[in-house]
Amino acid sequence: MKVTLSWLREFAPGIDGDPNELSETLSALGLTVEEMTPIGDVVDGVVLAKVLDLRAHPRADKIQLVDVDTGDGEARQVCCGAFNMAVGDLIPFATPGTVMANGLEIRQRKMRGEVSAGMCCSGAELGLSDDHEGILVLNDRLVAEAELGKDLGAAIGVEPDVLWDLEVNANRPDAMSVAGVARDLAAALGVDFSYPDFSVGTTGGCTEAEAAEELLTVEILDPTLCGRFVATVLRGVTVGTSPQWLADRLRLAGMRPLNSIVDISNYVMLELGQPNHTFDLATIPDGHLRVRRAVPGETLTTLDGLKRELIANDGVITDNSDEVISLAGVMGGAASEISAQTTDVLLEMAWWDPPTISRTVKRLNLVSEASNRFRRGADWGENIDRSMQRFIQLATQLGATAVQGFVDVAGDTPERAPLAVRSAKINGLLGTDLSAACMARHLASIGFGADVVVSDSGVEDLAVTVPTWRWDTETETDVAEEVARLHGYDNIARTVPRGELAGGLSDYQVRRRLVRQVLVGFGCDETLPMPFLAPGDLLKAGLADNGVTLTNPLVSEQSVLRTALLPGQLKAIAYNQSHRCAQVRFFEIDHVYLPPLADQLLPDEREHLAVALAGFEAPEAVAALDLIERELGLPNVVLRAASPPGLHATRSAEVMVAGRARGVVGEVDPVVLDNYGVAGRVAWLELDLGALLDGPRRHRKYAPVSKYPSSDVDLAFEVPDEVTASAVESSLRRAGRALLTGIELFDVYRGEGLPTGTRSLAYRLRFQAQDRTLTDAEVADVRQACIEAVAARHGVSLRS
Amino acid sequence: MIETLHSTAAEAQARLAEVADLDALAQLDVEFLGKKSALTLAKRQLGSLAPEQRRTAGQALNQIRAEVEGAVGAARERLARAALSERLEAERLDLTEFRGTARRGSLHLVTQARDRLEDVFVGMGFSVAEGPEVESAWYNFEALNIPEWHPARGSFDTIFVNLGAPEEVMLRSHTSPVQIRTMEKQQPPIYIVAPGRTFRTDTADATHLPAFNQIEGLVVDRGITMGDLAGTIDEFVRTFFGGDVKSRLRPSYFPFTEPSAEFDISRADGTWLELGGCGMVHPNVLRNCGIDPDEWQGFAFGFGIDRLAVMRHELDDIRELVNNDVRFLRQF
Repeated sequence: MKVTLSWLREFAPGIDGDPNELSETLSALGLTVEEMTPIGDVVDGVVLAKVLDLRAHPRADKIQLVDVDTGDGEARQVCCGAFNMAVGDLIPFATPGTVMANGLEIRQRKMRGEVSAGMCCSGAELGLSDDHEGILVLNDRLVAEAELGKDLGAAIGVEPDVLWDLEVNANRPDAMSVAGVARDLAAALGVDFSYPDFSVGTTGGCTEAEAAEELLTVEILDPTLCGRFVATVLRGVTVGTSPQWLADRLRLAGMRPLNSIVDISNYVMLELGQPNHTFDLATIPDGHLRVRRAVPGETLTTLDGLKRELIANDGVITDNSDEVISLAGVMGGAASEISAQTTDVLLEMAWWDPPTISRTVKRLNLVSEASNRFRRGADWGENIDRSMQRFIQLATQLGATAVQGFVDVAGDTPERAPLAVRSAKINGLLGTDLSAACMARHLASIGFGADVVVSDSGVEDLAVTVPTWRWDTETETDVAEEVARLHGYDNIARTVPRGELAGGLSDYQVRRRLVRQVLVGFGCDETLPMPFLAPGDLLKAGLADNGVTLTNPLVSEQSVLRTALLPGQLKAIAYNQSHRCAQVRFFEIDHVYLPPLADQLLPDEREHLAVALAGFEAPEAVAALDLIERELGLPNVVLRAASPPGLHATRSAEVMVAGRARGVVGEVDPVVLDNYGVAGRVAWLELDLGALLDGPRRHRKYAPVSKYPSSDVDLAFEVPDEVTASAVESSLRRAGRALLTGIELFDVYRGEGLPTGTRSLAYRLRFQAQDRTLTDAEVADVRQACIEAVAARHGVSLRS
Repeated sequence: MIETLHSTAAEAQARLAEVADLDALAQLDVEFLGKKSALTLAKRQLGSLAPEQRRTAGQALNQIRAEVEGAVGAARERLARAALSERLEAERLDLTEFRGTARRGSLHLVTQARDRLEDVFVGMGFSVAEGPEVESAWYNFEALNIPEWHPARGSFDTIFVNLGAPEEVMLRSHTSPVQIRTMEKQQPPIYIVAPGRTFRTDTADATHLPAFNQIEGLVVDRGITMGDLAGTIDEFVRTFFGGDVKSRLRPSYFPFTEPSAEFDISRADGTWLELGGCGMVHPNVLRNCGIDPDEWQGFAFGFGIDRLAVMRHELDDIRELVNNDVRFLRQF
């Protein structure tokens, strides 16, 4: 919402002072100043001048020579880069010595050998318009007493002004008007606020003898749609150009002047917050209007020329044959639009049900200044009458005549019984100690009815009547906000709650941080790709194409939610490889979104961990798994032979934790790497980290450290490839029982001296007892037991 | 005899003082103290002397022997020192030739910022709550007092997914659904912060991402006031940004809080930077979670995490946070 100081002062002349301080006050009221612009503050030295002659510059064609008269009848020559003036034009002229708003000092100088004694100014250079191109031609803008050489501000009657661009919150429909902003600001400054008299009599406008009620009939068929419908007729309307002051204000407010009727309509809406609509009366047979909801399938060609299909929620205005002529509160129909031929105008102002308007706006994506006010809740009270008067006043100033009175039909307006407001509740919510009287003063300053009510026990509370311009304000808490706003948020004493709870991270969160630290220590950089994939990314990664898809994606490359971290990591690796960083070690802990489980609405969302080691083989991923297993104390981790989707068929396994599949480890499938343009090998680990953090963990019970010496025994077995090392290890553990305190697979050998399809697995076993030094015989026995166990279970013998 | 031995000892000391290696030392040891050395032979001859002479000669002999043994020990020590210093010199390294090969990785900037924020709030007595990123309209909007028709819904620029009825399931547009999930599970008192990813239909550019991170705070307890909200934000700001940084609240509007405010932090140049939104939890929100607003009051606040990382490290393009360029990641 853009407002100027001068416009605000028409409602509260007491608003005055340093514009920066006024900005602070506006922001403190919740009318956040997004931008403040001083306007019309023409710098000293710029005067009114007249163009005497225009000549080509002898040595330049982008500039011309201009002779101007600044009142003394003498011709001053300047060089000028604009070509839009004619001899006789009146223009703003910066005399030598003038310091322009941008700091540029105008001096007499030569341009390509020709003297230039000043500068002809554009509107933008003076802050009077946004035109940077041409010189501002003032022929039509001068006040009566304008004289050549006179200060420009005086010559065109411009007073310095301030333009504020305010951010208005959705609960403040009233502040979407100059008057509403003025009311708030006046309250904060403690100055008076009142509406000017907008009646026609004040400006000498003509009225017709006939009454609106003779010309118009209005029926509200659905009172839930329309709370009030007020209409009248303006006759003898000429659709022409608006007066300069009105056009200027619209421009400053960010609206483009179009023609006098549209401009007045917009002006009244900006000034008083009441959207309004004009029909060409000639297109309304019998002046009869009906207000109802649309019948599904009805259509209307709106002002923008589009044919709109309507649904049952939409509010419409129809004519006497029940033909839809306007989409209520949202956009008028093309057929009843004001045209250059229009002479009689039906003026309508109404109050529409906000949710209804909001739904239609959203469905048709038809956001407008008018619908924005209706959907937030316009004023259903006196402001409609006031706005009618204002419209008529402005229209009659331009020659129209008004008929007597309005047609005023009521539907359901919001219930506004006085609210019982407990002053203790307000103070308890705000942390203040305000008296009921003080609260009442604050509320009254912005037009709320607020009476102090004393209970039998002497407690002073409030009976609050919410004004009709605050549709959103319905409850005691809403009233508390108004009190806080006027009291000033900064005046609320700051305290800190004395909670009795100890804060802290959950066990899950602490251990997740530990996993991150372990992986950082393992040399991995944490990555956080966005969770979106392109269609086909999952298939390219060898995964099921079952990702949840976005219905309104910005780009199709980001239209699928990932079900695994693999595609995102491969993209990251490919990106880095294409920037000459081939060996990257990445990890990621983040959400994946599996399709909803049976009877669930939301996806099966999980927190996964991925480790991607580009340029490394599968064992490096196993090493990462080992670190995590130790850190988290995962119970009974087993690598189960498998070919998980997307992974290398013979270099991958499923990670089983306590008997449940919790992830995969190994290397990425070379075909998948190829699909993603990744070179070399990628060792890969992906775990359902959430399940692991929530799941069981090993109980780390103290095991006494033996005081007795240990004995090491090395055993190498010739093991066929189909027998896993972990199977051999578990056989050794079983046979070694409590005496086996350490086991290390210290060598794996394939090749010469061994049959194809077998390898040598060399283990170093450490034996130790808690209660004695093991004798050579005992060590020999347990060694033999280990050898026999492996032989018995796997048919494997010691390597000879 | 004693005189002869004195001169032998002098010779031994002279030669030991110059001995250059352990082998030569061993030979001298044998020569002067061994079985066939003059000292040993002389000791054997003591028995043939008269008792009175034997005592005097024995004392002299012991003294001479001790002197020679001392000289051998000193020579051994000197040689050991020389050998050690020779070894040390031989092992000399220029440590600047070496760079560690083991590289520690790095935590992502967003994780670092999130951890810092969590730690500050944990220190203030908060717990950390989390929730799903794909949410239903109930959690993302309705329970937060944003009915289906509410204009505020449009301002969230929500991304919807193909689950449920149209616009029933979405990528959460704020972390506020975690408020609802927490209050549904748990009766007050509640002191939580909820960090996490949120989504908007924003085209990625230097200052926007369609997926970004926010942190939300929620306190529900008896007698919680707006003064508590302002004080909590102030304490957080001073702890997180440093003691000089001030905070202020300005009236604003959110459907799920009333009164609502934006909060700003002061910058060194005296201007204010808008950081986030906050307010007193709307009674309808409490009611939606089965909490009696006449018994309990609360406040909530929220702000962006990514932006803090961007400010702290002066990033000029927020997309770096999701590009995963290792040359970027390793800077932190």
